[in-house]
Amino acid sequence: MSDVTAAGPEAPGPVVAPLPGAPVAAARLVPGPRSDLLYYALRNKKLVAGLSFEALFVLAALFGPFISPHNTTDYFLPHLAPSAQHWMGTDYFGHDVFAQLVTGLRESYLVGALGALCAALVGMALGFTAGYRGGLLDEVLQLITNIMVMIPSLVLLVVIGAYLKTRGVLFEGVFIGLTTWPWVARAVRAQTFTLRSREFVDLARLSGRRAVSIVVRDIAPNMASYLFLVVVLLFGSSMLLAASYDFLGLGPTNGISLGTMMNQSTLWSALQLHVWWWFVPPGLALTGMVAALLVANVGLDEVFNPRLREQ
Amino acid sequence: MTSVLSIDRVSKLYSSSLGGGPVPALRQVSFGISAGEVVTLIGESGSGKTTLGRIVLRLASATSGRVTFDGQDISAFSGPRLREYYRHVQGVFQDPFSSYNPIYRADRVFELVRSSYFGNLPPPQWQDKIEAALHAVALNPGDVLGRYPHQLSGGQQQRLLIARALLLNIRLLVADEIISMLDASTRVDILNLLVGLKRSGLAILFITHDLSLGHYVSDRTVILRRGAIVEMGDTVEVFGNPRHPYTRDLLAAVPELHKKWRRPADKAETGHGDLPARDDVLASGEGTPAGNAADGRPAAPSVPPRRARWSARTPLPVRALVPPPLISVGPGHLVAEDLA
Amino acid sequence: MSVKVDHLSVAYRTRSGDVCPVDDVSFPVADGEIMGLAGESGSGKSTLGTSLIYLDARMKHLGGLVELDGGKLPIADSRAMRPHRMTDVSLIPQYAMSALNPTRKIRRLISDLLRSHGVREREVMTELRRRIALVGLDEGVLDRYPFELSGGMRQRVTLLISTLLNPSLLIADEVTSALDVSTQRAVGELLIEFRDRGFVKSMIAITHDLSILAQVADSIVIMYAGRLAEKASTRVVIDAPLHPYTQLLLASLPEVGVLYDQSALVGIPGRPPSLADPPEGCRFRARCPFAFDRCTTTPPFEEVAPGHYVACWKAVPA
Repeated sequence: MSDVTAAGPEAPGPVVAPLPGAPVAAARLVPGPRSDLLYYALRNKKLVAGLSFEALFVLAALFGPFISPHNTTDYFLPHLAPSAQHWMGTDYFGHDVFAQLVTGLRESYLVGALGALCAALVGMALGFTAGYRGGLLDEVLQLITNIMVMIPSLVLLVVIGAYLKTRGVLFEGVFIGLTTWPWVARAVRAQTFTLRSREFVDLARLSGRRAVSIVVRDIAPNMASYLFLVVVLLFGSSMLLAASYDFLGLGPTNGISLGTMMNQSTLWSALQLHVWWWFVPPGLALTGMVAALLVANVGLDEVFNPRLREQ
Repeated sequence: MTSVLSIDRVSKLYSSSLGGGPVPALRQVSFGISAGEVVTLIGESGSGKTTLGRIVLRLASATSGRVTFDGQDISAFSGPRLREYYRHVQGVFQDPFSSYNPIYRADRVFELVRSSYFGNLPPPQWQDKIEAALHAVALNPGDVLGRYPHQLSGGQQQRLLIARALLLNIRLLVADEIISMLDASTRVDILNLLVGLKRSGLAILFITHDLSLGHYVSDRTVILRRGAIVEMGDTVEVFGNPRHPYTRDLLAAVPELHKKWRRPADKAETGHGDLPARDDVLASGEGTPAGNAADGRPAAPSVPPRRARWSARTPLPVRALVPPPLISVGPGHLVAEDLA
Repeated sequence: MSVKVDHLSVAYRTRSGDVCPVDDVSFPVADGEIMGLAGESGSGKSTLGTSLIYLDARMKHLGGLVELDGGKLPIADSRAMRPHRMTDVSLIPQYAMSALNPTRKIRRLISDLLRSHGVREREVMTELRRRIALVGLDEGVLDRYPFELSGGMRQRVTLLISTLLNPSLLIADEVTSALDVSTQRAVGELLIEFRDRGFVKSMIAITHDLSILAQVADSIVIMYAGRLAEKASTRVVIDAPLHPYTQLLLASLPEVGVLYDQSALVGIPGRPPSLADPPEGCRFRARCPFAFDRCTTTPPFEEVAPGHYVACWKAVPA
């Protein structure tokens, strides 16, 4: 039985099912040369496959807008099927779908990163504090965490959105971050509790080290692999969540993302009109991006955690 | 002898997770340690000895009672005053490997001390200090500096931790089962080291369950049972003339190289533990008793001899919050009044 | 009927090569004998004990044979060993008392064991009840979970489970190590009693604690760095050992009644050699105060006095 408690993350959002890529236990960082990790990393099929596939999308997001022959604002004939001039056809308004796609990829990545960063910062700060200090502070922070979990994010988004004139990418990213941190906090808290009772933490206390220093230097590095996996997972779920919000029309008021493309295509009856090239590419792209990330995450878990490796 | 540490009616209560009210891990424990003295705290599992060690090291807090160091109540310490306390009091624990953070090199334990206490010391002087401490624990600096914990043996790891404590010029060392995880052939070397340190004025609280170790190094012995003291005094006196039945049982149960366990002569010698006595187990038709063969080996297995078996059980008294008082039976020799 | 181990060698694979913790080991165990197998960390004693019943995927049987009750034990073939486990050879592994399945009641653990050996629970129920009482537990323990029992109680339960099918050979690995001294004595005496009553024919008690062996064992085998150093009856090993390692080891053990001021106990300097790269010849050579040039060739483990085996060029019986 592993002496590390498993922290099963809950669904980080109303429209997202529990994500399968979640790490199940904090891996013990393998002491010794880093080359050991690299050796296993390069040989793990899931990690390599996932990362390679993800790399395709990243490259598309970085270079797509430059290689696209058209801009997102250029008008052409509407509902043109994919052809040599328009690689993914045009939409109801006559905009080139491919141009929109590659621009949308950028925005999805941006929001994903922003959301993940926010959630990670808040979640880790609260998780470490609750896990290390324990006692009353832990009880209070758990109360706050539980309240946050109960608040339905979608409703909150609608309410807040009603008061804002415009919503930007920044808003969306921060909102996602501030509503998905609870499961990060819980996971980090559980791991911190376990590590806190280890004797090397006692020794750091006996050496007169302050709490922050102990958390940052002694506890967090022993959870580094776990934290990394959590951040990767957050990234994927943020992208998915952002796409969901965009699809419901709650995304940034201006701008193009995968979600808004699917939103628009639904509003303009693309399905009924058989304009499949408007919604299938963004849908597939989103699925591919998130799935690749999760598969890579599972692979990474195996690299970090020797017990999961099939030797 | 100047008193260094004074433990005064310290009690510790834990709320039981399996229901049934608070469990007293320590009940009104009182004794003191003076400079240059080794006090051995002997107890079995559940005796509270590790809890007491942690309380002295401020890693846990007492529910009631006081621990005073140089006359000051240590529970009042915090921040800089607590750091100051650790300059005088340090601890070494049972599992040497766990005391090291596995992702760093072993000598990081020295670094931890440096940043808190010797920040202003120039590096060459710090190096000298480290080497002096390593020599004091009979370690070759070349063998241990720069290595990772898993590259060192248990004995080396433990000595390194003692060296770390010595960097600070401490006055009291809390040694909690520090050699139980080491190989038998290296244990006595660490014990000899402790005695050497004691001779130079260090006070040591030596926590163990192993009576032979306790006897070897200590000046005074405190026997702890289920959180309360049952007997304490001069080591030679307590071991040579044990007055409490629990002490006698412990001594009778210790396996020795040159003496077999004595058969319990009467019921009074049965030990203490966590189950009722079952001496009459053999009553149900076990075969006729047969003598041993000439060379001491039992006769053919089908006719087992009937032996009076050591039964380590008598019903345990409930842990009363206030344990029986200690009465004096000789100079410095105290025994708990309950003779249950 | 007895146990005979003949030139047994077992190795296991590591990333840096093969390690051989059991190197050409031979010894007999007579019927009704409790043999103590003593050694420190890195001696290979646990591997030796385990290999007599189970070789896991990393381990390789390099050579030698094991005979039990006149028949050869197929230790290299895990599947062929299955019918022998628990009925002919049984093991109480190290940390067994912590390895009881925490989600199963004791009763379930026992019935699982019986079912896997095709024994009907009804047939052994009376005997089981007798043995539970014998070890000093009451029947209520069957309906408890392992975490509800103390360390001593759990150890008795593992003793019970491992010997329920009356194996010819019981291998007990560090069964008294993690226990309080009074429970240690109770468990030690139980081992003797189980042998006396015939529940097991012979026993190999593996431990680092020589004083427990002095109480419980009929003979003692000292193991060092994968090889046997000395074997003799308990009294001879404790009172008149011939191998320098045994002598130094005994001279380093504190006992009740011994004070620092009165004695000159010293440990053995140095560390055991790494089993991945053992030295030529006698493996104790580097730490031995009596080493001389002949020690670069491996001394044979041979009988220098009746029943007394030593692997040392300098061993001369008194």
